Amino acid sequence: MSEQMSGAEMILRALKDQNVEHIFGYPGGAVLPIYDAIFQQDDIKHILVRHEQGATHMAEGYARSTGKVGVVLVTSGPGATNAITGLTDALLDSIPLVCISGQVPTPLIGSDAFQECDTVGITRNCTKHNYLVKKIEDLPRILHEAFYIARSGRPGPVVVDIPKDVQFAMGEYYKPSNESDHKSYKPQLNGDLGAIEEAVNLMTRAEKPILYTGGGIINSGKEASESLRELAELTGFPVTSTLMGLGAFPAKSDQWLGMLGMHGTYEANLAMHDADLIVCLGARFDDRITGRLDAFAPNSTKIHVDIDPSSIGKTVHIDLPIIGDCNNIILEMIRIWREKTNQNRLSASSVWWKQIEEWRDVKSLRYENSDEIIKPQFAIQRLNEAVKDKDTYITTEVGQHQMWAAQYFQFNEPNRFMTSGGLGTMGYGLPAAVGVQVAHPDATVIDIAGEASVQMTMQEFSTAVQFRLPIKIFILNNEYMGMVRQWQQLLHGSRYSSSYSESLPDFVKLAEAMGGKGIRCDDPAKLDDAIQEMLDYNGPVLFDCRVSKEENCLPMIPSGKAHNEMILPDTKDIGNVIDEKGKILV
Amino acid sequence: MNTNLQPSGSAYFITKPTAESERHTLSVLVDNEPGILARIAGLFSARGFNIDSLTVSETNHEKGRSRITVVTVARPKVLTQIKLQLERLIPVHKVHDLTQEGKCLERELALVKVAGKGEDRVETLRLADAFRAQVVDASTGSFIFEITGKSSKIEQFIALMVPLGLVEVVRTGVSAISRGSDKM
Repeated sequence: MSEQMSGAEMILRALKDQNVEHIFGYPGGAVLPIYDAIFQQDDIKHILVRHEQGATHMAEGYARSTGKVGVVLVTSGPGATNAITGLTDALLDSIPLVCISGQVPTPLIGSDAFQECDTVGITRNCTKHNYLVKKIEDLPRILHEAFYIARSGRPGPVVVDIPKDVQFAMGEYYKPSNESDHKSYKPQLNGDLGAIEEAVNLMTRAEKPILYTGGGIINSGKEASESLRELAELTGFPVTSTLMGLGAFPAKSDQWLGMLGMHGTYEANLAMHDADLIVCLGARFDDRITGRLDAFAPNSTKIHVDIDPSSIGKTVHIDLPIIGDCNNIILEMIRIWREKTNQNRLSASSVWWKQIEEWRDVKSLRYENSDEIIKPQFAIQRLNEAVKDKDTYITTEVGQHQMWAAQYFQFNEPNRFMTSGGLGTMGYGLPAAVGVQVAHPDATVIDIAGEASVQMTMQEFSTAVQFRLPIKIFILNNEYMGMVRQWQQLLHGSRYSSSYSESLPDFVKLAEAMGGKGIRCDDPAKLDDAIQEMLDYNGPVLFDCRVSKEENCLPMIPSGKAHNEMILPDTKDIGNVIDEKGKILV
Repeated sequence: MNTNLQPSGSAYFITKPTAESERHTLSVLVDNEPGILARIAGLFSARGFNIDSLTVSETNHEKGRSRITVVTVARPKVLTQIKLQLERLIPVHKVHDLTQEGKCLERELALVKVAGKGEDRVETLRLADAFRAQVVDASTGSFIFEITGKSSKIEQFIALMVPLGLVEVVRTGVSAISRGSDKM
């Protein structure tokens, strides 16, 4: 079945056939025909952003909170270059995006035309794949293929660069065909049964096992979180997760150890260090997780389940690799486990759990609260308390507040925590919250922010006002780029070079100037009421939460150290912890 | 300490590598589409992998396939990463590590320009004959030879030409194919 239409109309039709409901974009000369086509239809709603980086993070928030592909539309030249940060962010965090960019007309390509840039060249290394559409005949195939590639296998961003003459050209449109017929791209979804069987054998014999989970569980769909819960219950194994995987396993479970890694809990990191079997499900042994590589989990057998073969063995030697989709493999593990035994491997009274309880008793997330000044950890705990019965989505910026959110906010469901993990993009959270709110108009969407990060994409608050998106920006304002300051204290003799947030705006007035509501609170006794006021307001809010200025984010595995060499909250003189070798690390 | 520790897949590993680097020839079957070479070359530079030699040409016109032969030097873990990262590229169909998979044939072609007079010209021709190099152009003061063979043979020939008046050399880089009846 085919129909004649212009390239611009084809784009809109393809979006509709791909079940896209919202796109995030900004118009410009090279995408005018597409905007004209948007104007003449009602199926797809366009969210006008203030800066293209905002559009990419909104699409990321949208995608991560729904499991759908996020769609971005930008013009040529600066439109495309402004989208680079978000594309790279989506690549590192495996977020499915399709970014349609306008390009100067084909006869002008290569002539340094107005607003021309080599979009395909520039985005080659920050996308999963990209296309320059030179002929209208290729457009429908490429558009459908872009969606398939973005969402399948290890998801990621795909750029489709479309010259203006192709947008005007008339051609034949056809609907998506059998996508899995792609000639070279064939992601492996089912794990090798023999390997899974071997994995279960190892699991049934393990004395000190741990399930180490990551964003792959979330990308594998809600079913994967269900399967993970079942596997954990069946085996009795402790569960820890990376930043990207938070929520896949409920924080309220007794088997939950908290996040692991640089700012993970003592129990999670010590359990990783002492484990005899690590079952890695959809995580990638990132440097935030492993700490010092030559001392990482020295006595463990490692099973790694991942859909991306190149993630396996990249940093850490893996004894048993299993390539495939997490959910499929976990379901097979459960099936085989049940065939072998109907008993838990580990009961709560086992030696391993007793050991874990001892580590838990260290209470590595303890902090000294205050009646006079709001502690950032306390602020997040109160926020968590206030929203625990609500349908809540959390986004964050990057820095101390992000780690505190990961440590002190309890995530019990997947797709509820949107954060920039791999790239660490300050300014991610506010636009991501906009994207989440677009997808879930009735939910409570909160960006836990820092006063430095939030200023990077502050302009998108205006987008929230325009589209009546009642996002809540909860700024933990310590007047420092807190994580930079903390590292300067750790490594550079507390010389706080350029990490003080000078000339801060009055966030309350700023919110009002932009058409939202501003709230300020600096008194722990009034915090609960102020949070309630924020939640009750039906519109976007900037909450300026004044917190203690030089609080450190602990516990911490300092750079160059192993999991069992953590800095705990009561460590004195943290300026002397890291040695020369560790200083070069990030 | 970690008994399982092996050097990582990063080309820039922080500790001193314990394994030796090896020279491997990879054959990469790709769709012959614009930018494919940039994708491959970009991947190597972005991840710090070496390219010793790279050749590319279309090998199946109907299907639009090209075969790229890459010679690289890396430690075993990095070699695995190179292969897996190449396979991750969407237009890449297959990657074969020919060196690892057993016996393969490697050939390279070079054009070698040599200028000389008198006795040197006679000696040049005698050596060229021994190396089965063809004269493809000649003038009263120069020869251009076409020589095919293993890279080591070509290097040896070039070295011998240096004292006899070597002017310049162009080389195609290595093309490689597996021995036997198996298809890639």
